[in-house]
Amino acid sequence: MTLTPAEVEHVAQLARLKLSPEELEQMRVQLSSILDYIASLQEVSIEGVPPTEQMSNLSTVMRSDEVLPPLPHREALANAPDQRDGMFRVRAIFDDQAE
Amino acid sequence: MADYITTIGLEVHAQVLTASKMFDACPAGYANTAPNSCTSVVSLGLPGSLPVTNQRAIELAAMTGLSLNCTINPFSIFARKNYTYPDLPKGYQITQYDQPLCRNGWIEIHTGAGETRRIRIERLHIEEDTGRNLHLEDGTTLIDYNRAGVPLMEIVSEPDITTPEDARLYFEKIHQILTWIGVNTGNMAEGALRCDANVSIRPVGQERYGTKVEVKNMNSFRSVERALVYEIQRQVGVLESGGTVHQETRGWDENREVTVGQRSKEFAHDYRYFPEPDIPPLRLSESWIAARQEELPELPDGRRTRFEADYGLSTQDAGLLTIDRSVADYYERAVAAASEVGGSAKEVANWVAGELFRLLKEHGESYLVLETRMPPRHIAAVLDLLAKGTITRTVAKQVFEESYASGNDPAQIVASKGLSQISDEEALVALAHEVIASNPKPVEQYRQGKASALQFLVGQMMKATRGQANPQVARAVLEAALEKNEEGR
Repeated sequence: MTLTPAEVEHVAQLARLKLSPEELEQMRVQLSSILDYIASLQEVSIEGVPPTEQMSNLSTVMRSDEVLPPLPHREALANAPDQRDGMFRVRAIFDDQAE
Repeated sequence: MADYITTIGLEVHAQVLTASKMFDACPAGYANTAPNSCTSVVSLGLPGSLPVTNQRAIELAAMTGLSLNCTINPFSIFARKNYTYPDLPKGYQITQYDQPLCRNGWIEIHTGAGETRRIRIERLHIEEDTGRNLHLEDGTTLIDYNRAGVPLMEIVSEPDITTPEDARLYFEKIHQILTWIGVNTGNMAEGALRCDANVSIRPVGQERYGTKVEVKNMNSFRSVERALVYEIQRQVGVLESGGTVHQETRGWDENREVTVGQRSKEFAHDYRYFPEPDIPPLRLSESWIAARQEELPELPDGRRTRFEADYGLSTQDAGLLTIDRSVADYYERAVAAASEVGGSAKEVANWVAGELFRLLKEHGESYLVLETRMPPRHIAAVLDLLAKGTITRTVAKQVFEESYASGNDPAQIVASKGLSQISDEEALVALAHEVIASNPKPVEQYRQGKASALQFLVGQMMKATRGQANPQVARAVLEAALEKNEEGR
């Protein structure tokens, strides 16, 4: 499976990564080879095998609706790179394309 | 202009009324709290935190599904919806995708023209609500994560809705059912219940649906209807002028009363949904589902039908009296109280749906004041005073209104204000002569055989007694006085 540069660019955009032309080409080759490797799974017959939704082998793990104290406000914002008025502050997000 | 068929599907987002958030024990009630004072390691998406499902949220969502006539899936899973937008700090939303909690439901809406229409519901799934963004002038954004992780249901209708009015009725019905069973506050101003629409038009005769546009930001019943009216007209305008409708998301601007294009819609596969590895699948047994059914109260439509059958109410009155569960409960308590003094359920309905609703509207008050200000026994008391002839119908309205305003007992109001009916002829004779003396013209008209003149004179008697005179007695006394007056001329 060979990925096109446009496909790699699209995936990079979704992951909010900026790649130089050299990196893009490097990723294109590497991702293509990873996909080839994974594609070998396609050869396995999975007839009658139910899909695996989860690896834990558990089901219906629930907790009762009980409240514990929230994080103290100061702790909640302790790792925020930027903040104002008690809120997290981030760079422009309005335009999805402007990255 | 060609004729067009409109196709509307609604997506309703409703917070689930739980104490804690969807996936951790952080408080879900964030109203009136400072920004980011209602968070936890899970709702902030801190590394190593593990989400654990809130059982009550699942129970309430299943009850909602059942009340919307959905099938509860015995097996459902959570999924990650990946997107990079900081309203959720993890970079994804935990939601449900191809195996939601509930499927294939329907509700019925009752149109103003008296028709009943069934709108199918494709699915109901559970997810986590997002944080709130505040965009600043300088282009940066402030984020409050109090709302992030609050349990949220998404209820998706089939594209069965064909008019903006029906869309509003559908949303109102969802609101009625959810608040009725107590899973949601119904508070749209606080964002507890929100509505988006997908709308497209196509010329009559065309099989294929037109391009659909998503309309967001409709925060009231009224704005749902108005936004859709606008958007349909806009799309017709585009097609009529030879243009094409683009698939996009538009926001309703309440002040300017227009829809405005928003960011271009990402394609569904860009969300890269996959099964949530942190949360095991949900397996719900038949007995678990039956227990949820047991937990549900009698639903609004059922109660409305019962009111019609048991109390002989009109469809309209039964509809008004089941608009809200607290109203329906109140009405039935008033019926019980009234029956002890011989008052009928129909009379109670007339007072509640007529007079009481008028007063609530005039005073801009909610149903919540009913219990304290006009307890059911006061309705019964008014009926009793009327039945015993203690007060006239005119005075009854006055007493009712005063009782509503003050919360005082109607019998006390009558006693303290001396509002009892005057049925004593003696007490009215002098007044009758006064009325005759001061209204020579109508008296003359009466003598010339004009029947309405007598009605006017009786009205003057009623006015002079502030409605307390027994109208029949007043009429008889007046007729006698007029005769006497004639003889004396």
